Amino acid sequence: MRLSLKVWRQSNKDAAGGFEEYKLDHVSPDMSFLEMFDVLNEQLVVEGKEPVSFDHDCREGICGACSMYINGRPHGPLRGVTTCQLHMRSFNDGDTIVVEPWRAQAFPVIKDLVVDRDAFDRVISAGGFVSVNTGNAQDANALPIAKEAADDAFAAAACIGCGACVAACKNASAMLFVSAKISQLALLPQGQAERSIRAEKMVAQMDAEGFGACTNTGACSAECPKEISLENIARMNREYIGAKFSSSAV
Amino acid sequence: MATSSRLDAKIPQGQLESKWSKYRSSVPLVNPANKRNLEIIVVGTGLAGASAAATLAELGYKVKAFCFQDSPRRAHSIAAQGGINAAKNYQNDGDSVYRLFYDTIKGGDYRSREANVHRLAEVSGNIIDQCVAAGVPFAREYGGLLSNRSFGGTQVQRTFYAAGQTGQQLLLGAYSGLQRQVGMGTVKMYNRHEMLDVVNIDGKCRGIIARNLITGEIERHGGHAVLLCTGGYGNVFYLSTNAMGSNVTAAWKAHKRGAFFGNPCFTQIHPTCIPVSGEHQSKLTLMSESLRNDGRIWVPKKQNDNRPGNEIPEAERDYYLERRYPAFGNLVPRDIASRAAKERCDAGFGVGTSKLAVYLDFAAAVERYGRGEANKNNIHNASDADIITWGKAVVKEKYGNLFDMYKQITGEDPYEVPMRIYPAVHYTMGGLWVDYNLMTTVPGLYSLGEANFSDHGANRLGASALMQGLADGYFVIPYTIGNYLASEIRTGKISTDHEAFVKAEAEVKDRIDTLLRIQGKTSPELFHRRLGKIMWEKCGMARNAQGLKEAIEEIRQLRRDFWSDVKVMGTANYFNPELDKANRVADFIELGELMCIDALDRNESCGGHFREEYQTEEGEAMRDDENYMYVSAWEHKGLENWELHKEELVYENIKIAQRSYK
Amino acid sequence: MSWFSQTLTSSIGKKLLMALTGLFLISFLVVHATINAMIFYNDGGETFSHWGHFMGTNPIIRTLEIGLVIGFIIHIADGLLLWKNNRDARPVKYAVNNAAANSTWYSRSMGLLGTLLLIFLVVHTSQFWIPNRSNQFATGEELNLYQMMLETFQNPVIVLVYVLGCISLFWHLLHGFKSAFQSLGLNHVKYNGLISFVGTAFSIIVPILFALMPISIYLGWVK
Repeated sequence: MRLSLKVWRQSNKDAAGGFEEYKLDHVSPDMSFLEMFDVLNEQLVVEGKEPVSFDHDCREGICGACSMYINGRPHGPLRGVTTCQLHMRSFNDGDTIVVEPWRAQAFPVIKDLVVDRDAFDRVISAGGFVSVNTGNAQDANALPIAKEAADDAFAAAACIGCGACVAACKNASAMLFVSAKISQLALLPQGQAERSIRAEKMVAQMDAEGFGACTNTGACSAECPKEISLENIARMNREYIGAKFSSSAV
Repeated sequence: MATSSRLDAKIPQGQLESKWSKYRSSVPLVNPANKRNLEIIVVGTGLAGASAAATLAELGYKVKAFCFQDSPRRAHSIAAQGGINAAKNYQNDGDSVYRLFYDTIKGGDYRSREANVHRLAEVSGNIIDQCVAAGVPFAREYGGLLSNRSFGGTQVQRTFYAAGQTGQQLLLGAYSGLQRQVGMGTVKMYNRHEMLDVVNIDGKCRGIIARNLITGEIERHGGHAVLLCTGGYGNVFYLSTNAMGSNVTAAWKAHKRGAFFGNPCFTQIHPTCIPVSGEHQSKLTLMSESLRNDGRIWVPKKQNDNRPGNEIPEAERDYYLERRYPAFGNLVPRDIASRAAKERCDAGFGVGTSKLAVYLDFAAAVERYGRGEANKNNIHNASDADIITWGKAVVKEKYGNLFDMYKQITGEDPYEVPMRIYPAVHYTMGGLWVDYNLMTTVPGLYSLGEANFSDHGANRLGASALMQGLADGYFVIPYTIGNYLASEIRTGKISTDHEAFVKAEAEVKDRIDTLLRIQGKTSPELFHRRLGKIMWEKCGMARNAQGLKEAIEEIRQLRRDFWSDVKVMGTANYFNPELDKANRVADFIELGELMCIDALDRNESCGGHFREEYQTEEGEAMRDDENYMYVSAWEHKGLENWELHKEELVYENIKIAQRSYK
Repeated sequence: MSWFSQTLTSSIGKKLLMALTGLFLISFLVVHATINAMIFYNDGGETFSHWGHFMGTNPIIRTLEIGLVIGFIIHIADGLLLWKNNRDARPVKYAVNNAAANSTWYSRSMGLLGTLLLIFLVVHTSQFWIPNRSNQFATGEELNLYQMMLETFQNPVIVLVYVLGCISLFWHLLHGFKSAFQSLGLNHVKYNGLISFVGTAFSIIVPILFALMPISIYLGWVK
């Protein structure tokens, strides 16, 4: 396959960026999208140009590092797939592919296609946990959990924290990410003790990071590589409103 | 054979079953007021690192945690699929701490330390309790209790799992605990930081040199103890199931600063990976071993049979694992399954275009599950098509994400055609040599999880890596580190102005400058690929003395080429993944040499280490317990120069036997 | 900040306000459409004026009307605030954005549709509600709204403006109705279908009913 690539290049957080165009002549349909970028980078090194920086690690769709906005969509044209699992057979010979970084106030560009997603970690630090110190646990089977609750919690916990939801949302909202964690722990008995305070603190941190609000367009869930359900956002709304109006935190 | 005087494993006295409990009751404690003044550096935030950092912070120590990824949640533990073992005996099928201990020693082909492995089995149950309490959504039965499945090398069901994403769920559990401490200010998190050296002062490890990968700044960090939880070195083979960033640099720097490297040649080749599709391939993807619960592995009985898999009739298929190992069948340990696949492919029975693949077939499972569903729903006259539909639904529930991934990568639908699989480098049992306290040969420098050599001998059983990582981090290091830190309460804050820090920092800077100055013609990536090719061909699934000797020479040449011809773009003052890569590849090259030296030293076949000269007539591995029942711990003495120290393995509680899964 | 204002100014709180005021305005639409539909009795405005008089003079309704005005103001002000916050959340836009692949255009255009509706609201109230209420305030007498309608809707431009207003309302409701339930956390596999069905039906029926009014008068179906 022959391809044209238009890739966003930006040397650092404060620099002005712009698109550079590259041509690739020998792309195999069996390559992953990132392997195609490896080939591009090899070519750039040969030409004495600086390779394109992009985040990636596991390349099997689970670490959540990869983060490319491909032809106007996070992780490219397929549903339920990360950039690293996208293969070139999803494109056609002669295509021009435009690749941009995630765009959000809360995700500043570090370099080229690499963005800073520390905001997600800070949201988790605000309450995305069960406060149980090591060694305090009772026997695992002492707490039966209905299979359905466990399955639903797992479906929410499958989030890989890639930020595609933020990237896809017209408001750069992080509600799908935040709601997935709130849901996981709200669905499980272990999460009950801190249920209210968790929802309050995580939402407050999410807002402080500068993410937008939710317009319920559903773009986040449609683009989520793990297909996290919108139901989680509804649950978060319930949890948050319920917590705010009933908790004793003034 | 006697253990080298330089190695003291510090195994507690007494009965095997009571060693750990006695140790815990007698280990020196550090009082809470002193803990606040003791700083611990944790490098790596996978299962071992995240659980250790969080737990030590809970105990009151001041913790600094480092990871090269953009978030601690992305450590490669996240990619573990199948599950985590624990001797809970929830299935009432005869499991016990002793059995888990025994299976692990046997699975490791009698090359691991009894006391460590027994401790691992003892705490395995606590891990499950802890993870459940932290909100990890393990799979459950309808009654609300935890579900288990079987894994290779065992005959009980002791594997806990969360679909095919167990590692992800466990890591996110440990990560949430870590983030909780970060939020409370008891752990200071340094993400996008790479450790580039350890700093020793007066024979004790006192800190690290790290590079801020965004700004390029070289930083000094002092601490009373340093924990390396930096994972394995499978990427020395270039192609492996490891993440692209997984590297040996931290462990290697420690090695060069005095930590002995244990059993470097023990690498695990995982039998069920998606085969290589072309030159461009950057990594290999694992298909969880749990698939071997339901999938049957076979090749055509005829050589060079080019018919598509589902057109080959039953009678013309060779289910070679079931044929060779009737007792364990498709569930033999990984090393055995891998070698058996290689043997068939080498003999010309391989499938697919490359002929380097075997089939993993779910047709039988689909039918069995389909009939099960029909019976469950009281349907006695179901059509074959219905049965297959229902069966596929069950398979989808169990392995859906793996099947999707397979389809995504290969473009073939595994619900319709049998999967093609081939072995790939997956895990490294070798690592920094540690004693019972998980301390390396450098006082104050510890190693946890895959980064150390300790628990898996020459071959790791499936679902045991997660167990070890969390055991080390949650339940072992919090006790054993007290043993050392109790004597450090008078040390005071570690000053990073000490000349050792100055010197180490200068050396790190100098190396970076050198890398950038060479400006040769070849990218770090290409050197990595060349190294991988040498390692896979000559130090891979099968090794021989001749090949290893050649490999050592080739690697030495490669190292010289690297340092004269590498081309690193950009500068050191900003985000520069090429520079990071070059730094890592340079260390991999040195490690590769040591691996070959170790493999050459070990004139036997055991576990993942298969020396072609040492096999039975049936092609099974032939151990040499008389001469090689030791851990090789290599001391770095300078360029191309290592000294071997041996730790004799003493088995007091297990009868050594030739491993048999027949 | 008190917990209450903290709640309402949070991202979820703002959505809560949008949803509550939105549903309240939807309930107003039911009343408004029902009463105005009385013109279709085609009885010279008798039934319509009867109910119009009731709505314009009943003290309970008049009190509720204050709530309605506040509802409008909150919905509009909160909407503008959200629009600004959401815009600030992405200072650099994508060069290529294929949003159609993951969401409907009208769900992404609630601000735009709302603005069109606001313009329409200004036109509409300045033609009927404001003159009527000012007259009531000044003289205590109601205007003959039926007669005013017949006159106003002789102008094809105004009829067109009203029809366009109704089309905006259709799209705004089509997303807004369901969205309000989601914002309130009312998402349940058993009831989602019902909410969706009622929402769609409502979004179609009410704007059509409204649009038929100026059209019928203009075409002389209603005299």
